[in-house]
Amino acid sequence: MLKVDKLKVCYGNIDALKDISFEVKKGEIISLIGANGAGKSTTLRAISGLLRPKSGDIFFENKSIKALPPHEIVRLGLLQSPEGRGIFANLTVLENLEMGAYTRKDSKELIKKDMEHVFALFPRVKERLKQVAGTLSGGEQQMLAMSRALMGKPKLLLLDEPSLGLAPQIVETIFNIIKKINSEGVTILLVEQNAAQALKISHRAYVIETGNVVMTGLGSELLVSPKVREAYLGG
Amino acid sequence: MEEFIQHLINGLSLGSIYALIALGYTMVYGILQLINFAHSDVYMMGAFIGLYSSRFLGIQEKPGLLSFISVLFISMVGCSIVGFLIERLAYRPLRGAPKLNALITAIGVSLFLQYSGQIVFGATPQSFPNILEDADLLALGGVHLTLFDVTIFMTTLSLMLILRYIINSTKLGKAMRAVSYNGQWASLMGIPVNKIISMTFIIGSALAAAGGILVGMKYPKIEPLMGTMIGLKAFVAAVLGGIGNISGAVLGAMIMGIAEEFVVGYGASTYRDALAFGILILILLFRPAGILGKLNVEKV
Repeated sequence: MLKVDKLKVCYGNIDALKDISFEVKKGEIISLIGANGAGKSTTLRAISGLLRPKSGDIFFENKSIKALPPHEIVRLGLLQSPEGRGIFANLTVLENLEMGAYTRKDSKELIKKDMEHVFALFPRVKERLKQVAGTLSGGEQQMLAMSRALMGKPKLLLLDEPSLGLAPQIVETIFNIIKKINSEGVTILLVEQNAAQALKISHRAYVIETGNVVMTGLGSELLVSPKVREAYLGG
Repeated sequence: MEEFIQHLINGLSLGSIYALIALGYTMVYGILQLINFAHSDVYMMGAFIGLYSSRFLGIQEKPGLLSFISVLFISMVGCSIVGFLIERLAYRPLRGAPKLNALITAIGVSLFLQYSGQIVFGATPQSFPNILEDADLLALGGVHLTLFDVTIFMTTLSLMLILRYIINSTKLGKAMRAVSYNGQWASLMGIPVNKIISMTFIIGSALAAAGGILVGMKYPKIEPLMGTMIGLKAFVAAVLGGIGNISGAVLGAMIMGIAEEFVVGYGASTYRDALAFGILILILLFRPAGILGKLNVEKV
């Protein structure tokens, strides 16, 4: 579904990504794990079109998307819920959800139906519908960010650090919901510093270090790999 | 008392005009963090498009509400195109460049419009055609409420209600607010950011055009440098209300208009223009975010 091929991205003279290749197949949950600054978020930003790769290519459903602007990539069914949640704090919760459905040409009824479906996953979001999004708690904002991305009917959902800064119980909830979203047919590419949680729900994972993919395997394999345990799971 | 009410009427009328222009500054600032110095010249273009279109259509021979509305409409459409082109040709190529570059370009565009205006329209002031016959609608003692005052006020009010509807209730308006909060995140939702920015310039320029027509009617001498002072005052109004904040711009403009009329009315007319800068200095000292503006605090 998504194929990233020898991706190289620079910030000025600094290589943020040196050589990143990986693949996401339909129906999978794939995670990219690695330390802070390894290049995980940069990878997602390049896939979404926010950064232009210096070389390499990105294919979504066999079509190169590396030259497309971000809003056209969204139209293809590839949505990202950005790091730091990326909600529009000045809009109401409902308006945020409407923005998630911005590219859709579907009827109001259909969009409303999808919204009800999203509320089934995130009942808390429904309770806050008329509230200005900036007044939500951190966990609620994360739920809103994910709900908003789901409103765009993604085929592939990119999640950038969904557990960042959240209380442990909420992290648990969020990861359960990610699994549920995936079981409903949405392919997921997850970037996480919380490697243990991410690996538990992932089919496969890639370990990124200083702009390179250094290791790959099944989620369950990496979870028990001594190298990964030492570097990312606290021994 | 009569005098007081008369000044208040004049102030509201002047404030309405400032508001129409201030909105363009504040909308563009809200979305691009750019002070569009060329905005006051778009307002000047609005007055001139009004002048030439009414000559061309022969409207000045038959003043009336219909003539006023047609000239207003033509000028608003014309300035939308001007605003669109300014953004497309001058500002868009600089997206991603440091903000200072765009600011200097804005000054350049402003000078370009002023001085090409002098070449094309001539530097001598021209009289704005009589598209609407003024009359006293109400004369109570010393208080005069003229048709112009009411027209100015009603035009501004209707345009603001339309603007309010667009910003609060339409998909475009919501997208504009989303882009003004964070353009990158908006693009991740599939919002075509450049298109939304174009629309912002189009709407802001159309409002400035309305300001140009109303000023042309009320103070019927127009010339290519007419935008400078009124543009500065409208800008101060936007800062006073809290730049980037739509209701703030209207509030700031009304305060400016009324304050100016009172300063003039109570004998200090030489300080008319100094007032705007006095207000600017006071806000920057005591409330830099403006009356309704908030200093952005990010929640983590």
